[in-house]
Amino acid sequence: MSRITVVDSTLRDGSHAKRHRLTVEQVRAVAGALDGAGVPWIEVSHGDGLGGSSLNYGLSLVDERELIAAAADVLTTSRLAVLLLPGIGTKDDLTRARDLGAALVRVATHCTEADIAPQHLGLARDLGMTAVGFLMMAHLAPPEALAEQARIMADAGAEVVYVTDSAGALLPARAAERVEALRAVLPAEVEIGFHGHMNLDLGVANSIAAVRAGATWVDGATCGMGAGAGNTPTEVLAAVCDLEGIETGIDTFAAMDVAEDVVRPILDRLPFVGRSSLLLGYCGVYGSFLLHAEQAAKRFGVSEKEILLEVGRRKAVGGQEDMIVEVGAELAGLGLRQPRGTGGVPPTSAAGAATHSREA
Amino acid sequence: MDGNGETDTGFVADLEVNLTGTRQPCMVLGTGNIGTDLMAKLLRSDVLELSAVVGIDPASPGLARAREAGIEASASGIDWLLGAASPATIVFDATSAAAHRDHAPRLAAAGLRSVDLTPAQLGPSVVPVVNLGDHLDAPEINLITCGGQATIPIVAAVARVTDVPYAEMISAVASLSAGPGTRANIDEFTRATARGLEEIGGAARGKAIIVLNPADPPILMRNTVYCTLGAGADQAAVAASITAMVAEVATYVPGYRLTTEPVFDDGRVSVFLEVTGAGDFLPPYAGNLDIMTAAAVRVGEELARAGLLEGVA
Repeated sequence: MSRITVVDSTLRDGSHAKRHRLTVEQVRAVAGALDGAGVPWIEVSHGDGLGGSSLNYGLSLVDERELIAAAADVLTTSRLAVLLLPGIGTKDDLTRARDLGAALVRVATHCTEADIAPQHLGLARDLGMTAVGFLMMAHLAPPEALAEQARIMADAGAEVVYVTDSAGALLPARAAERVEALRAVLPAEVEIGFHGHMNLDLGVANSIAAVRAGATWVDGATCGMGAGAGNTPTEVLAAVCDLEGIETGIDTFAAMDVAEDVVRPILDRLPFVGRSSLLLGYCGVYGSFLLHAEQAAKRFGVSEKEILLEVGRRKAVGGQEDMIVEVGAELAGLGLRQPRGTGGVPPTSAAGAATHSREA
Repeated sequence: MDGNGETDTGFVADLEVNLTGTRQPCMVLGTGNIGTDLMAKLLRSDVLELSAVVGIDPASPGLARAREAGIEASASGIDWLLGAASPATIVFDATSAAAHRDHAPRLAAAGLRSVDLTPAQLGPSVVPVVNLGDHLDAPEINLITCGGQATIPIVAAVARVTDVPYAEMISAVASLSAGPGTRANIDEFTRATARGLEEIGGAARGKAIIVLNPADPPILMRNTVYCTLGAGADQAAVAASITAMVAEVATYVPGYRLTTEPVFDDGRVSVFLEVTGAGDFLPPYAGNLDIMTAAAVRVGEELARAGLLEGVA
C-alpha cells in the first residue's frame, strides 16, 4: 500500500476563488476543521503567495499575516504551509511567516525559471522549514526539461519538488511522464509532488496517475475551492485514494463533512468547468487568470473568451495578470500599438497547441 | 521632480560642445553583454569620447570588439585603468556588484566619476529624467534596476500633478535577458525598485514585482504601473503629464512607448509600457538591458555637460 502526504490549499489557492477576501473567521473554521479531519498540511497565503496582495493580483481583505496567525492558532496536529513566488514575495516575508508558525514553504517559479528559487529555498532550510520547490505551468516544459529544473531546486535544498499543473492542462499520461522524468534524475531522498486543477476535469485522475508514477505529495483544495475550475477536491482525492489503496492518513468521512458543512457555505460560486475555465485547460492558460479576465471583460465591455485567447497567444505566464487588463484595453480600442495582423484568430486546436506545449 | 531643467541645461551645453569640439573622455569597465552594448552607444555620443574598454579576461569577445572599433582595450582590470596613459573623467562600471564595491573607492580616490550599472547601490539612485539634476556633483551614481528606469518616470509624472498614495509596478522580461546575477538576487530587484518608486517617484508607498517569461520568440520588456490618485485628481492633467514623460524618456530610449492610453478607474491610473531595445549589441527584445545602458549614457553625458559648463564658467 503506497502512502502520500496531502497538502490542502483551500486557504491559499482558494484565495483566488474568494478574490483574496478570506476572513479570519473563515480561516479559523476551515483550518480547524481540516485539522480535525487529519489533513497533514494546510496552506495559508494570498493566492499569489506571500506578498501577493497588490493591485495586480487583488488586495487581501485581511493581511495574510493575520490569516496565517489565525490558522496557526487553531491547528493541533496539522502543520502550516505557505507559498512564495520569487519576484513577488521576499525573504523578509518568509521569515515573518515562519515566525507566525509556518513550517513549510513552497517556492514557486515558472517551470523553466527554477534558478530564481535558490535564495528562498536556502533561507527555508536555514529557518528550519521544510523546503519545497513548485514548478508551475508544468505542461509547458517537456518532461526532461522539467526534470532539469527540478534538479536545480533539489540542489538548492528542496526536499520535495512539485509538478504543478497551474493551467489544469495536463492529461494523466502527461502528468505521469513528468513525474517519472523527475524521479529519474532526483536523488532518492527528494520526493515528488503533484498539484492538479479541474479545468479539464482531470485533477483527481492526474493525481492518481502521478502517484502511480512515483509522486508522494499531492495537493487538494476542499470542495475544489481554487483558481480556474478549482483544484483537485481534497475530499474526493481522499475517497479515491481509499478505493485505490493509497494511504493518506485523512479521515475521509470527516473530509466530506468539512467540504459540505464548512467550505461549501463560504464558496462564492461552485467550482465548475464553464467555458472560460475549460478554455484555460484547453489552451494552457494560467488558472488564476479566470476571474481577472471576467473582471476585465466587464470593465472594458469586451469578450472574456477573446481576452483569455489573446493572453494565451501572447504566452503570458503566471504573475502577468496585468496583461489581462492591457489586452482588455486594447480589445476596447484603447491600444496605441500597430495592429498585429490577424486580430481575431478563432480558437482552433492549432491555437491551443501553440501555447500548450513546447514539445511540438 | 521636474526633468525640464536638465533638458535645458543639456541643450545649452550641446552648443558649448559643438563650439569647442571637445568630448569628455570616458571608459567602460566590464566587457560582457552590457559593457559591449554600452560601448556601441558611447561610440555614437557627441558629448563623450570612449577612450578605453577594460576587462579582466583576455579572451573576452568584448575586448576584441573594442579593438575592432579602434578603441584601446585592456584585460588588466581596474589597475590598468587607474594607471592608463589615456585620460578619462567618467567610468561606466558594467561588472558585478561585488566587483563594483571594490572599484568604487579606488575610482573615487582617483577623482573619477562613476556610473554604476551593477546592483551595488553605493551612490545616489538616479533616473535621468527625474532626479539627475540633484546629483550632478555626486562622485558616483547608481541606476537602480531596469524596471526602476522604466517605471519610476511614470510615477514621477503622476506625482508632479497629484498625490500618489500608492504605486505598484510589474515588469515582465524575457528569460533570456535575465542573467545569473539578477536571478540569484531577485529580492534585491523588488526591494530596490520599490524604494525607487517611493524615494524618486514620489509615491507614499511602492511595490515592485518582476516576472520572467520564457516565451520563444522572446517577449519585449513590458511594464505596468498602477498609481492610486489623490482625491479630485485631474485625469486629463495626469494623462498629459504621463504622455510628456514618455516622450522625454524616449529621447534617450527610443523604443520606450505606451501600449495603450492611460486607463483611469477605481481612483487609480493604469499605465502599460513596452520597451524595445535599440539592438546596438543586445537583441531588441532585451529592452530591460537597453534601458540601463541608454540611461547610463544619458547620465554620463549630463555629467560631462555639467562639468564642461563649470569649466567654461
